[in-house]
Amino acid sequence: MSALLRVENLRTYFHTRSGIVRAVDDISFSVGEGETLGIVGESGSGKSVACYSLLRLIPQPPGRIESGEARFGDCDLLHCREEKLRAIRGNRISMIFQDPMSSLNPYLRIGEQVIEPLLIHKLASPNDAFDLGVAALREVGIQDAAKRMRSFPHEFSGGMRQRVMIAMALITKPELLLADEPTTALDVTVQAQILELIRRLQQEHGTAVIFVTHDIGVVSGFCDRVLVMYAGRVLESGPTAELFYEPKHPYNQALQRSIPALHERGAELHTIPGAPPDVTQPIRGCPFAPRCEFAEEKCITSEIALKEVTTGHATACLRVQLGEIDLTPAAVAGE
Amino acid sequence: MLRFIAIRLAQAIPVLFVVATLTFFMLKLAPGGPFSAEKSTTPEIQKQLEAHYGLNKPLFSQYLTYLGNVVKGDLGPSFKYPNRTVNELIGQAFPVSAELGFWSLLVALSLGLSAGIVASLRPNTLTDYIPSGLAMVGICLPIFVLGPLLVLVFALKLEWVRVSGWDDWIDRILPALTLGGFYAAYIARLTRGGMLEILSQDFIRTARAKGASPARVVLRHSLRGGLIPVVSYLGPTVAGLLTGSFVVETIFQIPGLGRYFVTAAFNRDYTMVVGTVLFYAGFIIVFNLLVDLVLVRMNPKLSYE
Ligand SMILES: Nc1ncnc2c1ncn2[C@@H]1O[C@H](COP(=O)(O)OP(=O)(O)OP(=O)(O)O)[C@@H](O)[C@H]1O
Ligand SMILES: [Mg+2]
Repeated sequence: MSALLRVENLRTYFHTRSGIVRAVDDISFSVGEGETLGIVGESGSGKSVACYSLLRLIPQPPGRIESGEARFGDCDLLHCREEKLRAIRGNRISMIFQDPMSSLNPYLRIGEQVIEPLLIHKLASPNDAFDLGVAALREVGIQDAAKRMRSFPHEFSGGMRQRVMIAMALITKPELLLADEPTTALDVTVQAQILELIRRLQQEHGTAVIFVTHDIGVVSGFCDRVLVMYAGRVLESGPTAELFYEPKHPYNQALQRSIPALHERGAELHTIPGAPPDVTQPIRGCPFAPRCEFAEEKCITSEIALKEVTTGHATACLRVQLGEIDLTPAAVAGE
Repeated sequence: MLRFIAIRLAQAIPVLFVVATLTFFMLKLAPGGPFSAEKSTTPEIQKQLEAHYGLNKPLFSQYLTYLGNVVKGDLGPSFKYPNRTVNELIGQAFPVSAELGFWSLLVALSLGLSAGIVASLRPNTLTDYIPSGLAMVGICLPIFVLGPLLVLVFALKLEWVRVSGWDDWIDRILPALTLGGFYAAYIARLTRGGMLEILSQDFIRTARAKGASPARVVLRHSLRGGLIPVVSYLGPTVAGLLTGSFVVETIFQIPGLGRYFVTAAFNRDYTMVVGTVLFYAGFIIVFNLLVDLVLVRMNPKLSYE
């Protein structure tokens, strides 16, 4: 599978009054055509900033992309000319956001917003665009689509607005969809519907998806591969099933233990002691070390890079890399 | 919508009634009368004049008579300009004030909106500080300072325009700049604030993610919401501008309604004062109504409730 997007050494910092926030601190990953990549991590781990950085949508200032490259076709998204990037945004790469309540323009009609990408990128005439808009709304399951084109966002529920966002993002048949926690703000039943919708449309259109979530449970049924982010870095990445059944980083292992759904009834539910580190301070060594039950002196003193330990499965845990610890459930149970 | 307009106009009637009543009685409380300034008149003549205009009747009966005429659309005779009615005087002075107001409004909107929008695009940079600073100066500089200042520079020093008068189109420039400049400063600040508020919203990020150009982001996605504070402010402002500014009309010797009004107040020209106040109040009511209609069109969340 050839890579559609290849991100190398992306670093995005916010230069705020209280110091430099290292929101994304040297992450690399790639997404293949039609592939779904999950990015999981706690709140504040830099998932959104990583996504926004790809389309240069972070507020600048205070934000700044400090280094890195994001190869998309023949273009480096982080450094290409503004006009070139604009031609990609909303056309070849679309985005849907966490909060559907605030992400649609309350002053414009739904129809106008849904077809706007077609008009901006001159993919259809206004007349054709209207029909395509109706079709797109129908496709995401909005009743009475032709009439609803004239509605305003406040006349829609949260779930319906997210459907509109999806219709709007996919109307140009993009190669890549960035979905930043598209279901977090919705209630559980609607969440499931929206996830199902994204998955169906993705398969029909062959769109690659970067799916950001802090809910590791959502990832399992949805993503081909997963990145686990922590304090602006990637601690582990690999195929979804492996990530669940053969964790290679103590943080990932701890995350698994904290999900109720993955446990038998009555089994002890873990919470991870401590709190994520303050990203305004430079971190030496492993950012998870202060909370890690396996941490040793060398975890704090040496620089640690993400390394592949089995095919396609990489970890930033030094001790796993060195073969000193084995976190697979079988090994843990055998201890 | 028609229902909305009808209700609002019906609500205006008691407001106008209260305005008329208050002005009427407050004027009567002020010492002196319309004819006391004319030293040459003997007490007899003064009595006759007062009888002619009905000023010798009991206060309440004067009030009822006046109110009755107002309902018929007759604002009464002027006490100061013999044989002229207040309706005539307003009809003569209002077009002048309205023209001055129109040019001033044009100045205020074009300067204010562009300065405010430019300032909001890159907050806290030079392209923000310069227009915002100018707006601050404009707000702090009273009209009675700005007007003479402009006269000093453009009429006396450079001799590009005349000091005062209201004959040529060139006479419109300084008054319009003076009056419009002040409002431009306010509009610039309101525009900047409104635009900054909108530009920080999530849906602006959505627009950019769709590939919208900066111009499209501003024109299509921001202006409608960002200008709501400006439009709300425009209601009373436009009414005020069109019905005349006493200060500017005095500085530039413009025969507008503002000057008539103040002269009338000094002379205790009762009917002229109450008439102008009523006229002004009516204008404010109409423009506030217009503004509310526009606001409902601008903001889909509002409706004619
Ligand atoms: N505009 C900003 N100015 C300063 N700091 C910011 C800004 N935006 C984000 N950050 C910081 O960047 C870090 C990462 O934020 P980010 O929004 O990417 O987290 P996240 O992983 O998406 O979390 P969540 O699950 O809550 O969405 C946080 O520490 C946050 O405080
Ligand atoms: Mg986020």
